Amino acid sequence: MNERIDIDWTGCEAHGLCAELLPEHIELDEWGYPLVANMPLPPHTLKRARRAASDCPALALKLRVVRDT
Amino acid sequence: MTATFPDLHMPPRLLAPGGTPTDLRTHQDRYGPVPQAAADDLLRLVAESGLTGRGGAAFPVHRKLLSVAAAGHRTGRTPVVIANGAEGEPASRKDRTLLRLSPHLVLDGIQLAAAATGAGEAHLAVEEGAPDLESALTHRRDPVPVKVVRLPARFLSGQSSALARYVGGGAALPAYQNPPIRERGVHRAPTLVQNVETLAHLALIARYGPDWFRTAGTQAQPGSALCTIHTPGHEPHVVEAPFGTPLHRLMPLHGTSAVLLGGYHGTWLPTPEAASRTLDATTMGAGVLMGLPADRCGLKETAGILRYLASQSAGQCGPCLNGLPRISAAFTTLAEPGPQGSTRTDVARWSGLVEGRGACHHPDGTVRLVRSALTTFAPELDAHARGFCTENH
Repeated sequence: MNERIDIDWTGCEAHGLCAELLPEHIELDEWGYPLVANMPLPPHTLKRARRAASDCPALALKLRVVRDT
Repeated sequence: MTATFPDLHMPPRLLAPGGTPTDLRTHQDRYGPVPQAAADDLLRLVAESGLTGRGGAAFPVHRKLLSVAAAGHRTGRTPVVIANGAEGEPASRKDRTLLRLSPHLVLDGIQLAAAATGAGEAHLAVEEGAPDLESALTHRRDPVPVKVVRLPARFLSGQSSALARYVGGGAALPAYQNPPIRERGVHRAPTLVQNVETLAHLALIARYGPDWFRTAGTQAQPGSALCTIHTPGHEPHVVEAPFGTPLHRLMPLHGTSAVLLGGYHGTWLPTPEAASRTLDATTMGAGVLMGLPADRCGLKETAGILRYLASQSAGQCGPCLNGLPRISAAFTTLAEPGPQGSTRTDVARWSGLVEGRGACHHPDGTVRLVRSALTTFAPELDAHARGFCTENH
């Protein structure tokens, strides 16, 4: 079990806050939308990731629990 | 519009012979009543048949039925079945042809899918032909009530999350899915969305069994599929063919330079490559085959399709909203002979930026078409850069 960043693309409005809070996991594309590194979040990042999710003005950043397969 | 090819090595299973719609009495004379079976037995039959979805994704039907049934048990909510007859793909005719000629096979399949998942209601979603289907329903005594839903005619109306939203009273637009609609769809109930052709196959599997189903097709891809064939200079027609059929037996390739396999979200193949391929569930999409006449420019053709696809973006997701119009405009430039500047690399970059970054697969399907066009029509691209075009020769 691990957590990954997931974007609700219908909600995202390219505010870009997530890239400031999680620069090592999120970059912005040329239109300002997040490019998310597709890897599990290390434990020491989880707290910041939860904050990014709760601070997203569009509430479009989600943390998704993924079962290891 | 509907024709069967005399040289295909199977009699049609799904489409009524003679090209006339089958009423309930004729249907029952031909096939007998819908077999009564317990959910577990139905699930076993479907698993053994190897039936996959015929809407384009070729997902194993057995697994979808199982997960909807399981979600129903887990949540205590009674599942909902949606039969998908939207056929938003502009080049496809197979679903509307099936619904017109063999509506009762689809309606039988809906009842069987409901029995397999424990569903309490079902919806049949179509863009056209709703009155005929409603009248077909009034003659039946189905245990699970079926409502015909008229969808707005848009490319994305048939996307499964859009269907679930629309049936639930919302807009027919794709939605963010977590959990997936097979767990939480219409009014939060586990929802099975299955293409109408898939359901018609189910109706036959329940009657004749998995061994019969597997007498067509290949070991890995059993059964047959409906295809819409566009041969230059002819009306499109619908034909049923087993998986593994060589494409050159499905449509004459003479006089074509390329084939679009799978429709607007599909892939272009140069004719020599298409001639070596067979009908394959993983590449045929919803079964559209379109031949490009040898004197036509594939880049112009693709640019036209991309303008349509960009116009059909629901505009909800940033990468799709920004990327598709840019890709489409760039392709319109590439479709004309003349200097190309950085246009080719722009298209490649934007394709990477839209892929996998949306609530539905519209960007992914569009990128698939773009990449196959850049490969298949690479010689034409080079000719355009030098100021020449196939169509001006």
